[in-house]
Amino acid sequence: MINYILRRLLYVLPVLLGVNILTFVLFFVVNSPDDMARMQLGDKHVSQAAVNNWKQQRGYDLPLIWNQQQNGMLAIQKTIFFEKSVGLFFLDLGLSDNGRDIVADISQRMWPSLAIAIPSLIFGVLANITFALLLIFYRGSYLEFGGLFVCITLMSISGLFYIIAGQFLIGKLLALTPISGYAPGLEAFKFIILPVVIGVISGLGSGARWYRTLFLEEAAKDYVRTAKAKGLSELQVLFKHVLKNAMVPILTGIVVILPLLFMGSLITESFFGIPGLGSYTIDAISSQDFAIVRSMVFLGSFLYIIGLLLTDISYTLVDPRVRLN
Amino acid sequence: MKGLLKIAISLWLSTLAACSDVALNNPYVQNEDQGKVIYSSFSERPKHLDPAKAYSSNEYGIIAQVYESLFQYQYLKKPYQLEPLLASSMPTVNYFDAQGVQLGGSPAASDTAYSEYVLTIKDNIQFQPHPSFNLSLHKHLPDDWGGDSLYSLPQSSRVLTVDDFIYQIKRLADPQTQSPIVGLMSNYIVGFKEFSQTQAALIASKPQLDKVQRLQSVPMSGVKKINSTQFSIRIKGKYPQFINWLAMPFFSPMPWEADAFYNHPDLLSKNITLDWFPVGTGPYFLAENNPNRRMVLSKNPNFHVEYYPTEATEQLAKKGLLRDAGKRLPLSDKVIFSLEKESIPYWNKFLQGYYDASGISSDSFDQAVSFSPSGEVGLTDSMLERGIGLQTAVTTSSFYLGFNMLDKVVGGYSNKNKKLRHAISIAVDYEEYISIFQNGRGVAAQGIIPPEIFGHVEGEQGVNPVVYRWQNGPQRRSIDEAKKHLVDAGYTNGIDPATGESLVLYFDTMDSGPDSKARLNWLRKQLDKLNIDLVVRATDYNRFQQKMRSGNAQLYMWGWNADYPDPENFMFLLYGKNAKALHGGENASNYKNPRFDALFERMSSMENTPERQKIINKMVAITREDAPWLWGFHPKAFSLYHAWYTNANPNLMANNSTKYINIDPTLRRAYQSKWNKPVYWPLLLMAFVLLLLLLPAYRIYRRIENAKAL
Repeated sequence: MINYILRRLLYVLPVLLGVNILTFVLFFVVNSPDDMARMQLGDKHVSQAAVNNWKQQRGYDLPLIWNQQQNGMLAIQKTIFFEKSVGLFFLDLGLSDNGRDIVADISQRMWPSLAIAIPSLIFGVLANITFALLLIFYRGSYLEFGGLFVCITLMSISGLFYIIAGQFLIGKLLALTPISGYAPGLEAFKFIILPVVIGVISGLGSGARWYRTLFLEEAAKDYVRTAKAKGLSELQVLFKHVLKNAMVPILTGIVVILPLLFMGSLITESFFGIPGLGSYTIDAISSQDFAIVRSMVFLGSFLYIIGLLLTDISYTLVDPRVRLN
Repeated sequence: MKGLLKIAISLWLSTLAACSDVALNNPYVQNEDQGKVIYSSFSERPKHLDPAKAYSSNEYGIIAQVYESLFQYQYLKKPYQLEPLLASSMPTVNYFDAQGVQLGGSPAASDTAYSEYVLTIKDNIQFQPHPSFNLSLHKHLPDDWGGDSLYSLPQSSRVLTVDDFIYQIKRLADPQTQSPIVGLMSNYIVGFKEFSQTQAALIASKPQLDKVQRLQSVPMSGVKKINSTQFSIRIKGKYPQFINWLAMPFFSPMPWEADAFYNHPDLLSKNITLDWFPVGTGPYFLAENNPNRRMVLSKNPNFHVEYYPTEATEQLAKKGLLRDAGKRLPLSDKVIFSLEKESIPYWNKFLQGYYDASGISSDSFDQAVSFSPSGEVGLTDSMLERGIGLQTAVTTSSFYLGFNMLDKVVGGYSNKNKKLRHAISIAVDYEEYISIFQNGRGVAAQGIIPPEIFGHVEGEQGVNPVVYRWQNGPQRRSIDEAKKHLVDAGYTNGIDPATGESLVLYFDTMDSGPDSKARLNWLRKQLDKLNIDLVVRATDYNRFQQKMRSGNAQLYMWGWNADYPDPENFMFLLYGKNAKALHGGENASNYKNPRFDALFERMSSMENTPERQKIINKMVAITREDAPWLWGFHPKAFSLYHAWYTNANPNLMANNSTKYINIDPTLRRAYQSKWNKPVYWPLLLMAFVLLLLLLPAYRIYRRIENAKAL
């Protein structure tokens, strides 16, 4: 297994290089260094000299990918692409174009994102699995039809509606939780209740139906019939055997997103005033901050690859038949 | 699972217990809710809090409370007037000719080679307590300092000196600072450009040289220390508006210690920089700065003696704005700015009493504002019941639709060219635009100068005769008159003789989202009245700016917000030497009229006298006739205030108005608890419904469990 993990980790390098090149090309097709400078310097009284000075201070006065004025390797090294990319592979994210330390920003903003994302994921998965198993348990009864109707209804409503309606109902009319805001430490609890509840409810419809499909497939297998024939109760069959055997696809969906949880959610964080990472990349794209964009895309790709690797490893834990080699 | 649930329930209960006298939905920490606290918000984090870099209103909302300038705008006076703030008196201005001989009186601009501003500062002004004044911290931070709070470091202070002003001017010129006004000030302050060039050379030749040393080692020839309380700034020519610049945060004093302290690598790695943690003499200091969550201004214990004004216009006095006359400033202890990106939660929290003041978004306009049959603006009953007050003010801004005067079709200065622009000026009905898209919050512009700026003329004399006729008020000329202009322009019925089809014009915009669709359709319909086809060329910000810089746009929409209340700050937008495509200036229409330019050069160096007004009238008449812009509108700001928030006055030039705001925390608490009583019965109802559902579930469960397996 160690060989497998090492091999997979080596694959990371070309993938990240490819992602980095793609990000660079896409960004600079839309924005030139002059545009970036003007965006940072503002609209009023900006002279070309100020633009040139901004570029020179931040290393954007170099050619993009090939420096014709240099010879040999320097022709590649003395370019924006090289100078802005090399540090990433040593996890040196550097400063944003606005002069802020990116690592410090990420480490400050990831905790509020996690404070929402982790409980939303845990309670969401638990609620979805429980609801799906109950749908299986009551299959064929009017409770199942009622449950499916609820699922379809929940799926049909826009995510934004849940947020606005939740804030209006729970925060404003019932006055039970703050409408938005955040505080560190234990004070965070009262602020995360509402987004977590809304996150769980809004994901329940699609989540429960997805898990129900998985469980239905398992429930039709021979071992289930055998278990029933041996006299196990329906609940024991479902929660002990069916659930355990459906873990591989469940893990596929969950483990891969675990490393990305700290990246946050744009809409939830925006509406609830959560100071997380959800809007970090979008804001950077809007303000043409290439340093942040490249860092976040790089980090996102890296974590996604790690997530896939963790998923593979987790298979060996839940299914002894799986061998990584 | 059970354990987690227990922890969650106990946490919530403990939170509720701790906040027993606070509403459950209170978004603030309980112990912060003491004293006179102003609750406000920001929707996006400020780019800069360094006074040498900051140049937008959201940045000024913070730094103008921390940094002070030499002068400030009188809070309760209109028209806008400057008064000394850190200066002990208004400046003495000496004029010199090219030979350096001092000229007496107020010489003509043509005779004046230099103006010298002699500035005297107040004695014994202290900076806020700050770690940077502990010189021992410049090299070594305490080992046990965790970096969580800047103000957990030992602090000190010192007296403000003229060197701090001079140091800041040097910072403005420093290429590393990248101040937005470096180009502008290079044109005025003597030695500014040379200083900047010297610094650039020093950076290149001696990169190891410390910034403070580098700036202090080279003098700026136009800025001189006279004695411990006086210094002078020499500027080229005569530029009376320079004093307005001295009232802006750009010229706030900066202690050299701040630059030296923040240069520490440990601070840089924690994003603790001068750009984020200001050091000033103002009524507040930035005690907490988490631009992703909130920023907190606390009262500066070292703030000098300043009192609430005792004089006001009659109208403001009637509104009760002299209630706190003569009281020591600032009137509130703390300001908490919370991040609120979306307007819906902001509005709901304002209605709950968790924000003290609010603008009015289009979504909530009908809920808040009503119009009487006579058209007077008022509040709806639900707002009045809550004790909310409304203030309106026409902003010192202009939003206009410009013609590119370099364009062959819409530009040019011949009579035919003008007539086409006149026709379009009449056809585009800005009163309708304000009604549809601004909820009536705006005033159709009659010219380039907004109300409350010297040079603006109200009434019949101030009406733009090209677009309006006066009949008990300005009446837009009919579309038939516009069509006559079109005939004179050579486009009878809007037909372009070159093609035999409707004239096609192009509107360049970066407004391409779904929200702008209605606006763009409206604009198309306006030109459709003249049988002119408007093609919208929507693009992104970069491409739009590029088109404007290269003069490739035809029609465009733009806006300008006054830097200072002087007509020069608007007229320069049409000055030929500021043409964007030709000189990279702010004249986006590339308008160039020698008569206008000559008058501008005269007017810009004059004091506000009747003679200046005459010249301005001529300039306005020229621009109305040439019509390089559709003058558009001046937006009207509507602001709502809760009953406990007093002394709010829409003085659009006074960025440092927070110190005048008073809060009645007892009244606020009473309203908050009245408006935010928790309602529990729907939760009980939900639990009851779930219990009801359990009954059939149990019945079916029994049936399934008792059924035969096979």
